[in-house]
Amino acid sequence: MPTFVYMTRCDGCGECVDICPSDIMHIDKTLRRAYNIEPNMCWECYSCVKACPHHAIDVRGYADFAPLGHSVRVIRDEEKGTIAWRIKFRNGKKDMELLAPITTKPWGSATPDLAKVPAPSKEMRDSQLLFNEPKYIRMDDGGLHTLQSNGLEIKKGVQY
Amino acid sequence: MSYQTIIEDDIDILVVGAGLGGTGAAFEARYWGQDKKIVIAEKANIMRSGAVAQGLYAINCYMGTRFGENNPEDHVRYARIDLMGMVREDLLFDMARHVDSAVHNFEEWGLPIMRNEKKGSFLREGRWQIMIHGESYKPIVAEAAKKSADKVFNRICVTHLLMDESKENRVAGAVGFNVRTGNYHVFKSKTVICGAGGASNIFKPRSVGEGAGRVWYAPWSSGSAYGLMIQAGAKMTQMENRIVLARFKDGYGPVGAYFLHLKTYTQNAYGEEYESKWFPELQKMVGKEYLDPEVSHRTHRPIPTCLRNHAIISEVNAGRGPIHMVTMEAFQDPHLEEIGWHNFLGMTVGQAVLWAATDVDPKYENPELTTSEPYVMGSHATGCGAWVSGPEDVSPPEYFWGYNRMTTVEGLFGAGDAAGGTPHAFSSGSFTEGRLAAKAACKYIDDGKAAGIRVSDAQINRRKEEIYKPLETYSVYKNEVVAGSVNPNFINPRQGLDRLQKLMDEYCGGFGVNYMTNDKLLNIGLKKMFILGQDLEKVAASDIHELLRAWELKHRFLTSESVFQHTLFRKETRWPGYYYRGDAMKLDDENWHVLTVSRRDPKTGEYTMEKAPLYHLVGDVEKAPPESHH
Ligand SMILES: Cc1cc2nc3c(=O)[nH]c(=O)nc-3n(C[C@H](O)[C@H](O)[C@H](O)COP(=O)(O)OP(=O)(O)OC[C@H]3O[C@@H](n4cnc5c(N)ncnc54)[C@H](O)[C@@H]3O)c2cc1C
Ligand code: SF4
Ligand code: SF4
Repeated sequence: MPTFVYMTRCDGCGECVDICPSDIMHIDKTLRRAYNIEPNMCWECYSCVKACPHHAIDVRGYADFAPLGHSVRVIRDEEKGTIAWRIKFRNGKKDMELLAPITTKPWGSATPDLAKVPAPSKEMRDSQLLFNEPKYIRMDDGGLHTLQSNGLEIKKGVQY
Repeated sequence: MSYQTIIEDDIDILVVGAGLGGTGAAFEARYWGQDKKIVIAEKANIMRSGAVAQGLYAINCYMGTRFGENNPEDHVRYARIDLMGMVREDLLFDMARHVDSAVHNFEEWGLPIMRNEKKGSFLREGRWQIMIHGESYKPIVAEAAKKSADKVFNRICVTHLLMDESKENRVAGAVGFNVRTGNYHVFKSKTVICGAGGASNIFKPRSVGEGAGRVWYAPWSSGSAYGLMIQAGAKMTQMENRIVLARFKDGYGPVGAYFLHLKTYTQNAYGEEYESKWFPELQKMVGKEYLDPEVSHRTHRPIPTCLRNHAIISEVNAGRGPIHMVTMEAFQDPHLEEIGWHNFLGMTVGQAVLWAATDVDPKYENPELTTSEPYVMGSHATGCGAWVSGPEDVSPPEYFWGYNRMTTVEGLFGAGDAAGGTPHAFSSGSFTEGRLAAKAACKYIDDGKAAGIRVSDAQINRRKEEIYKPLETYSVYKNEVVAGSVNPNFINPRQGLDRLQKLMDEYCGGFGVNYMTNDKLLNIGLKKMFILGQDLEKVAASDIHELLRAWELKHRFLTSESVFQHTLFRKETRWPGYYYRGDAMKLDDENWHVLTVSRRDPKTGEYTMEKAPLYHLVGDVEKAPPESHH
């Protein structure tokens, strides 16, 4: 839901501006603080909220259907590989804390550098296989599925 | 205008839009083209862009061949029945036979995939879906793409594809502008893989005012994949196949895990089962082949999603709404309750915000469901997009012109939402299609097909003028009136978007008319679209951000026009529950068991429509599941 920025916590670092997929977090030129320039194009995706180093951004439910008085806060920690949420209902009856992992590996350490892996052979190029295949499909000795291998053929009776 | 022109030359593979399709393309391109120059041009920041920006809680397309769960043809059968027969089975089979390798790569890169402790396999939400802790899904795949690309240009809104001037109908790159610096960017490239995503916000959304951004598909999904390809003269298919989602009311939180994993179900306002009651009448409309609850019950053949929507829409119209999701039973189990909440936090936080704001605790109250406004996209449960070539070893001749996922414009490839006729690819399938397109693009270059490309300065300058025109229009006319947003000489992008959405809603079957249209309405709508098109020449932007919105609007407009044309062309109601043609309320297999294909002439703007053959590669009967390897 639309974001807003607490004036006293924001230092104008621009992390939210850098990340917002909708290009709506901007820095106010006079105040040098961030603000949401177009709330009706905000998807409440929380990307900016998660990115703000000072936890200066919060979200208030859309005015057309969400009453005031609730809160959903988040802390995403790449180092620990976790994300923590706290949800408070407006009637004060529910206050939940939830935690989930965001990765199983040290951040960014396990993505391969394909410029450095052995170049694909001609045979591989001429086949239908992609990088890491067929191994990564079946994880056994089986090859790639073809129509033939799966006992299929073009069904008769094509209709126009 | 004093913006710089920045030219990036000698690109082999330009990836336009790095969502799940684009990241897959950039990643794989490096393997097949280790010496090639690979460049990404992305409207946002690839670390959080596209439909997966928030994350996902499930990967919706995974065969599990490794665990002996499914084979690719099983998935083809499923997608085919869900889409009332209208799919490209060659593309679906091809995607499905590769998709597991994408998922296994994701796991290796650190994506937490939940496990079924007993079986050792991935934890399934349903037959095709596996559950993940996917808050960081997008940053994880973006890391892989970043490592593969020579350069990543973030914050570039690509507005047009460049066309080769030495050979007709061949792509030569793309142009756009940087939404931070305002600079004009020219990418000269031998091939382009278009992954610029599907379209939200082309139909009037149910939310209004401040809430207008609360749509199901991301508000930044501007239909650019379609806009760019249509403008370049690529043939499109199945653009009439818009999707309407049944989701939690207002928040649009996902229902998949609720139905499939948490085993929730729906009922009407009075606690009654309503669905089956609508099926006998509906069966007369669509035929037994597509709706046979008895067979479905016996064989687990799914009832098509659109038909289930039809039941919801009909029940609400009959005055027995709202439809409720029965969560109160499942949520008594604290573990399932936690999963229910995580499901939103991982992919649609707004739903959690909404329930907290309205004091709806699904443990004690069954929340409301609703049907959304329609969307146009090609990778979820719909198949809109470009008419692309399939793979050599699977495709019949009409579906094959040499390079997998290449559109009818040479050197231009599509992946994800951009590729038509491949519904049910979802995130993993979109990534897979990007990989397939990248391999084919490398081959296209290596075969010498991109030799001798020429782009003149005239073309580059013409596009530049066109791109900045909305800023120009603003500066020329802004002082003619005192101030405010009303000017007799221009409209701003928001005003244009409002008009487009109203038009689409009222004439092309939006929620406001209960998804109903007919040839008369469509023709009036098209006439109004034509005039809106003229007014869009006069759209004005007061700054670079508004310029971004202006071009998003233009792409949405092209997408919408294509939806209109396709809807008018298919004279039947193929997908009741997604839309109805009141003048042709029945499904008509005799005349319309075909794929629809359109082309917009880039010079005249005129549409040509044709029927393309629908080939079935996969028989109806499902074999016993393959034996487990583990
Ligand atoms: C609410 C929701 C729930 C979903 N749930 C699931 C799920 O549970 N499981 C699952 O597997 N799938 C799910 N999906 C589907 C999945 O997200 C999509 O199938 C997939 O992301 C489509 O990939 P894509 O690359 O075609 O588009 P996107 O991922 O949307 O990428 C498009 C990219 O193009 C960029 N772009 C757009 N216009 C331009 C332009 N003019 N110039 C440059 N760049 C541009 C965008 O910024 C974006 O990065 C869900 C989608 C949504 C919205
Ligand atoms: S990220 Fe936070 S501190 Fe930085 S500009 Fe945005 S709101 Fe301010
Ligand atoms: S919640 Fe998402 S869309 Fe809204 S301002 Fe933040 S990053 Fe942008």
